Amino acid sequence: MTILINEKTRIIVQGFTGKIGTFHAQEMIDYGSNVVGGVTPGKGGQKHLNLPVFNTVIEAVQQVGAEASIIFVPPAFAADSIMEAADAGIKYCVAITDGIPTQDMMTVKNFLRRFPKDERMMLTGPNCSGTISPGRSMLGIMPGHIYIRGNVGVVGRSGTLGYEAADQMRLLGIGISTSIGIGGDPIIGSSHRDVLEQLEQDPETKITVMIGEIGGPQEVEAGKFFKEHMTKPLVAYIAGLTAPEGRRMGHAGAIISSAGESAAEKVALLKDLGVTICPAPAMMGKTVAEVLAKM
Amino acid sequence: MNIHEYQAKEILAEYGVKIAEGGLAYSTEEAVQRAREIDGDMWVVKAQIHSGGRGKAGGIKICKTHNEVEAAAEELIGKKLVTHQTGPAGKVCSRLYVEAGTNIAQEIYLSLLIDRSAERIIMVGSAQGGMEIETLAETNPEAIIKIYIEPAVGLQDFQARKMAFALNLDTSQLNHVVKTIKACYRAFRDLDVNILEINPLVVTQNNEIIVLDAKMVFDENALFRRHKIAELRDNTQVDPREVAAADVGLSYVGLDGDIGCMINGAGLAMATMDMIKLAGGEPANFLDVGGGASAERTEKAFRLVLADTGVKAMLVNIFAGINRCDWIAEGVVHAVKKIEMKIPLVVRLSGTNVEEGRRIIAESGLPIITADTLADAAEKVVKARNEFVAQVS
Repeated sequence: MTILINEKTRIIVQGFTGKIGTFHAQEMIDYGSNVVGGVTPGKGGQKHLNLPVFNTVIEAVQQVGAEASIIFVPPAFAADSIMEAADAGIKYCVAITDGIPTQDMMTVKNFLRRFPKDERMMLTGPNCSGTISPGRSMLGIMPGHIYIRGNVGVVGRSGTLGYEAADQMRLLGIGISTSIGIGGDPIIGSSHRDVLEQLEQDPETKITVMIGEIGGPQEVEAGKFFKEHMTKPLVAYIAGLTAPEGRRMGHAGAIISSAGESAAEKVALLKDLGVTICPAPAMMGKTVAEVLAKM
Repeated sequence: MNIHEYQAKEILAEYGVKIAEGGLAYSTEEAVQRAREIDGDMWVVKAQIHSGGRGKAGGIKICKTHNEVEAAAEELIGKKLVTHQTGPAGKVCSRLYVEAGTNIAQEIYLSLLIDRSAERIIMVGSAQGGMEIETLAETNPEAIIKIYIEPAVGLQDFQARKMAFALNLDTSQLNHVVKTIKACYRAFRDLDVNILEINPLVVTQNNEIIVLDAKMVFDENALFRRHKIAELRDNTQVDPREVAAADVGLSYVGLDGDIGCMINGAGLAMATMDMIKLAGGEPANFLDVGGGASAERTEKAFRLVLADTGVKAMLVNIFAGINRCDWIAEGVVHAVKKIEMKIPLVVRLSGTNVEEGRRIIAESGLPIITADTLADAAEKVVKARNEFVAQVS
């Protein structure tokens, strides 16, 4: 068993018939993900990529048993799509969309909190590359072939830096249980901590890796969770040593706006919490290998 | 997106907060004219630049006569102001705000911002206005009052009153302060504001509540639905390289080093810059070319990086996912030929179609240094930079 998704997970694509939705739906199908249809309001009843298109998410849940969804809807409408998925009873949602207004995400999170915890949809993203359990299911936009199956659980904010980590591990023969992109926005569905909580409970995951960056308190909160609640090792790398204060480094959330948000400060705080620090981005694979060797 | 003080104050005034009488001037003559239009015997000439700390940098002048206004305007128009927020490059002042002087009895700090952990709007206040909140947070954290606002129900009157009482305001000012706080909250929600900071909010000797300085930062991601706000953008206050990058849809941040970078993905870009630093170099820029790096886009990115004449070497690091290394390689070869690059270039490709990409680079006959890994790329570019510097000097 993997966390969040496996080969049986019934996936729908929101924003299915658009150019980006179509491209990535096909990639996911080719990878072996169990895509069962999609949603594009107004195009219900049509077929797309030989799969049914629905007007609403609830129809997809009722008619094809959709459990997970991936969102490619444009930023202006994406928050609405996430809330529709939660309302329809989707269990896990990945929002790929980049550029959702922060106050819209505040509304989304408020909406999700109204559900009792055991009925609440898990959301990762927005502005992320998705989730992959190598060899079983891909709910995202990553190049699936660079991931091999194994026992390392990975959580990270950045897409391409996550690929870099997976590639370094692959070259050393180290595989991944599940890799989860949580996105680079200021307000996101699940934090590093939320994902580590899942990975800690996953029997397939033996060691966890957190790829963080400047801005926000998230990585340190995850470090505290590690110290208090985790039995598995945690390796962390924090990007942005050279980032100046107050400047947004690409990601909307990658900005040092208060004390404790720079890479150096986060590294120091994580070290104090007993997290194994990966000193350079070129050493992610090597650091994981060293920790594995000691287990 | 940042706007000027006078623009923030005009917006807040539309929402019903009280501001001092004032007017905008682009020249010394206009500044004197604005002062003549405002009754009284004291005026404040304020440099409009996108930065805090203007007072300390000499950007705010209190004037007792029209002649003094003229002298202040003369000094400030076109002046480059360096504050702790602008960096050593400073920002040029091309607009002045001339305002009626205010007799201040009490200064208050008030701000609204989005708390990333709480995922709510937080209202922050302090009776010690005029000071920077960061300084206050270090020296006297208990003097800071924080109130969280539930997004679904919005700011309630009792919360505004709670803030007003905590700020030790006289009960005679209560209604005015509550009205001001509520107006700020409405503006914050209506206009997709990320940060609204009033420092100071003042109680005048006539017992009025006035917004004396205001800063508003808007959510770039929401500008598609805030057209009037988007029009307030002042590109003279932004690094021209960043403006040029934004025009072609690239994300660029200019830095002080001399190794130019072109990378796909914000996280990988930051990580590559870290590697350059760890290898003993300093990056000249952050540049994320994004997912679809076409030949045209690659050429634009190259031009942007090389427009910085201080760049002594360049590193391209691409991890192709949706992208393909062969497309990137073709784009790089095309750009290098077209631009006639004079500085060393290191290219590291990884991911989809990497062998094909490397073959294209190798067969181009161009003096491109290739690297296999991130560490290798950083070491090679720092070495190339050092050799280039030694050679030209």
